Amino acid sequence: MDDSVLIRTVDLVKIYPMGDQKLIALNQVNLILRKGEFAGLVGPSGSGKTTLLNIIGSLDVPTRGSAEVLGEKVETLSHRKAAELRNKHIGFIFQTFNLLPVYTVYENVEFPLLLLDLSASQRKKAVMAALEWVHLADRAKSKPPQLSGGESQRVAVARAMVKRPDLVLADEPTANLDADNSHHILDTMEVLNRDLGTTFLFSTHDQKVIEHLRRKISLVDGRIANDETIGDENRRKRP
Amino acid sequence: MTILKLAVRNLLGGGMKSWLNAVVLSLAYVTIIWTQGLYQGMDRQVSRTMIDAAVGGGQYWVEGYDPYDPFTLQDARLKLTGKLEELAQSGEAAPVLIVQGTIYPNGRVQAALLKGIDPEQKVLMFPSSFLKDSDSEIPALIGSRMAQSTGLGTGDTVTVRWRDVHGTFDAQDLQVVQVMTTSIQTIDIGQIWVPLKKLEEMAGVENEATIVIVKKGLGQAEDVPGWTFRDLDFLLQDIHQIVKSKTVGASIFYAFLLFLAMLAIFNTQVLSIFRRRKEIGTLMALGMTRGKVIALFTVEGALHAILAALIGAVYGIPLLAYFVAKGLGLPVGTADSFGFAMSEKLFPTYSAGLVIGTTVLVFIITTIVSFLPTRKIAKLKPTEALRGKL
Repeated sequence: MDDSVLIRTVDLVKIYPMGDQKLIALNQVNLILRKGEFAGLVGPSGSGKTTLLNIIGSLDVPTRGSAEVLGEKVETLSHRKAAELRNKHIGFIFQTFNLLPVYTVYENVEFPLLLLDLSASQRKKAVMAALEWVHLADRAKSKPPQLSGGESQRVAVARAMVKRPDLVLADEPTANLDADNSHHILDTMEVLNRDLGTTFLFSTHDQKVIEHLRRKISLVDGRIANDETIGDENRRKRP
Repeated sequence: MTILKLAVRNLLGGGMKSWLNAVVLSLAYVTIIWTQGLYQGMDRQVSRTMIDAAVGGGQYWVEGYDPYDPFTLQDARLKLTGKLEELAQSGEAAPVLIVQGTIYPNGRVQAALLKGIDPEQKVLMFPSSFLKDSDSEIPALIGSRMAQSTGLGTGDTVTVRWRDVHGTFDAQDLQVVQVMTTSIQTIDIGQIWVPLKKLEEMAGVENEATIVIVKKGLGQAEDVPGWTFRDLDFLLQDIHQIVKSKTVGASIFYAFLLFLAMLAIFNTQVLSIFRRRKEIGTLMALGMTRGKVIALFTVEGALHAILAALIGAVYGIPLLAYFVAKGLGLPVGTADSFGFAMSEKLFPTYSAGLVIGTTVLVFIITTIVSFLPTRKIAKLKPTEALRGKL
């Protein structure tokens, strides 16, 4: 496999049983994503964006076909290996932030590092750096209920980035944010993509996100309907 | 270590719910130790009292003597020789002669054991000294229960009839020189204590005894032909058995208490897994294996036991220490209802074994109860958990 290829799906099919019926969520999806991309899966609800994101994130397995992520075939991974892949190489950002409510901001960001068994000093350095990236170093001791939506999602970004993953999967990251916060978050992610070389893959139908993408993969009824690279001239200019 | 650290954070972050569970569990925990301590104290207290006033450091019984079979009494006596005589003369043993008798208090007939003991003996903490220097022909010492059942009091006389060594019945009046108050029923009910020499004279024997009580701490000196040594385990076995049966009764009470506490923990765990399913999905997405998530929730639940022990220590230690120092007063008249020597105050004892044993027991049960609901996580798909489904 080409070294620059991070994700490769071949004839990927995902079918959900719905009583006597079958729901085809993904149908023959073939996709290649390279390192450093800032791409988005775009499409209406039910188009299969989140399903594809989940399979790439090794949270789910395909019914048929293959999904290769960082050289690992998702469909053959054991639960333990899948968890290890997520722990070491993949960061997740969710629509509803999914912060751990009883932990402070610092502890939330520190969490993935605890699973990596890093020393306390290594963890502290990495957490503070991650909080600096999202401009929340001064809120380290706050707890999630004390944060605004924008701040919460910035914490989620810091948590996803703190272990310097190869890939960040963001599922509708701006769905619960206002326009200003959405652009702020996306700007932050663009900076991290540019400065750290982290690959970002979004699932979205939010125009604000789409304006930031460098590659737009449109899904319709579980199939890739369009895959286009967006030039800088057509992208939203960073303020 | 990470799991423990996260579990502590989650537990403390759980706020009021965690504290309430731990307080309920601590109540069960302290009650178990308190109750068990009372029974442990009861066993120790009764044993000590029995050793001091009734059984000494052990007893030599004439072969064939059975305290539960009055027919054995007729022949149950033997001359003191050798080592036993030596012990008796040096004051390290107290011979007791037992003769079956009948008394006629207030016109009634009542069986009584006549027990002869040396008034000068120092082996037992027993008020035998009242039997010396009396003008009475047969001075007698009885317990308060015996006094109550016979209607006799200090200074009263009563006719006693017995059979001597030749099988001849004889009768004479004895005088109660003292009514002793004792918590030990086995030296009180149905017994009349008289000077040993007097009873030997009445029975027509010389230097004979039915049992020889050795001094506390002395134990068995050597095998003596014709005598069987009964150690403390044998002599106190009935007491231990009664205390044990009472402990079992109490166990049902604290098992119920523990059950309620465990129900609260189980309920919390089930609710917690249901309420925190999205969090479980997040933990899995962040790279936690299912095994680790199960371990986290189990440890979190089990930590309730640790928190309960700490809370229990805060109010339990002063409470238990108070009872150790002041004792637990038993309601008037109930001391006799236990079936063994109980004083009016019960002093509990809390051994390290009891505290550690209870802590370990509560911890293990809590851990098991905490683990059971988490098995659901093993079947949970991360994507469904993230969507808030179970």
